[in-house]
Amino acid sequence: MKKIEATIRPEKLEPVRAALAEIGILGMTISEVSGRGRQKGVALQWRVGEYRVEFLPKVKIEMVVLDEDVGRVLNVIVRKARTGERGDGKIFVVPVDNAVRVRTGEEGERAI
Amino acid sequence: MADAGDTGWMLISTALVMLMTPGLALFYGGMVRKKNILSTMMMSFAILAAIGILWVLYGYSLAFGPDKGGIIGGLNWIGLRSIGQAPSSVYATTIPHLAFMMFQGMFAIITVALITGAVVERIKFSAVLAFSVFWFTLIYCPIAHWVWGHDGWLASMGALDFAGGTVVHISAGVSAMALALVLGPRKGFAEKVPMEPANIPMVALGAALLWFGWFGFNAGSALTSGGLAASAFVATNTAACSAAFMWIILGWIHRRPSLLGAATGAVVGLVAITPAAGFVKPLAGIPIGMIAAVVSYYFMVLRGKQNVDESLDVWACHGMGGTWGALATGIFASVAVNTAGANGLAYGQAALVAKQVAAIATVWAFAFVGSWILAKVVNAAIGLRVKSEEETVGLDISQHGERAYGGISQ
Repeated sequence: MKKIEATIRPEKLEPVRAALAEIGILGMTISEVSGRGRQKGVALQWRVGEYRVEFLPKVKIEMVVLDEDVGRVLNVIVRKARTGERGDGKIFVVPVDNAVRVRTGEEGERAI
Repeated sequence: MADAGDTGWMLISTALVMLMTPGLALFYGGMVRKKNILSTMMMSFAILAAIGILWVLYGYSLAFGPDKGGIIGGLNWIGLRSIGQAPSSVYATTIPHLAFMMFQGMFAIITVALITGAVVERIKFSAVLAFSVFWFTLIYCPIAHWVWGHDGWLASMGALDFAGGTVVHISAGVSAMALALVLGPRKGFAEKVPMEPANIPMVALGAALLWFGWFGFNAGSALTSGGLAASAFVATNTAACSAAFMWIILGWIHRRPSLLGAATGAVVGLVAITPAAGFVKPLAGIPIGMIAAVVSYYFMVLRGKQNVDESLDVWACHGMGGTWGALATGIFASVAVNTAGANGLAYGQAALVAKQVAAIATVWAFAFVGSWILAKVVNAAIGLRVKSEEETVGLDISQHGERAYGGISQ
């Protein structure tokens, strides 16, 4: 099992979700986050002059998938979330020790 | 004998001015960081409550009571003694004296509340209350008496202030600067840590309520429901529109036309027309409003360059906007609008400008020095500033034990 943490542009969430659903990946948790990589922040207007906000709004998708699905999931996310500009985001893949389905108590791969 | 139309309009105007203080709470509250929204709004609400009591107990008597040497009102009317349903013989003689008293009370309340914009996000709530009570008693009531009291010395000199350019806006704006200088900047201000406004829609709603209430403030200051009220009403709206539009243009020239700027501009235009509303022709609202926006905009820029954390620019908006408005009254006033007024510079009379300058200088000096001393006294007695950790956590939790936005669910 691997956990996939993808931080992407907010407007790319729906295309990514739809494309993942097409390959049978339905479960995910999303959060609104702020972050930055190489993309610059943005200048916002005060009453006079402006101030800079260095962290821009992104959406973080978290999901745990079977090892054999990781490649397909990464491929879908990269294909659907990419614009080619700085600020498209990052994906991290991390190992998962165990998973438990709260409703039934099932553990391991059966729980995801 | 009270006039029904006048009384009706003045009671409505009183309620309109009351609404300005909660409007100010929204206007200021939206401009601070999320962790300080409630504390910022609470200052206005608490002042509404506190000054609302003090006004009927002794404030009205000090400000408007029988004159003592042009300086202060006597204590004859303390606790509303002899203030009843019949009109006063010297103030607003066509409405119940109680109605005039309460109308003036709403002015006192918002004037004190205006100052709080200078010191948000780091002042102790107890210090706000202490400073406000002393400031109301020792600064506001005397100035109101000088300018509006029967036989007050600035009124006798012939200085004009229709609805509070000196009494409300200059006094609050200049005092705000003095208090901010004594208190010192917010943590992170010197390092230019960005301090994002939490809720600009709230600022816009607050500005809208201020604009709405200002019709009571200015047109109500006619103290009657007739033509003069209508003239002041049109001048007021025209100035608000002119300044809001000018601020949009200024923002655009410098980068982008922001809603925060438009809302600020509207308030600045309302400030500037306040002393002039019932003395100038309605179209004078256009130059008065447009120039007010330019004046406040660049004094705001200047304040920023001086690295003074007068946080929400009460001085630039109200102090400088009010100063321009008081001067503009000396320029645009016309006896064709109001026979109780005078002709200004635009009508060939320079004398009024000199009187306006004298009134401006007097109120500036008295409010600044008085507020500086009061701030030092309160600081020595109970301390003005919250602890460093309290400032970091935010004043909503540290001062009031609540937060603007609730938990994650349920």
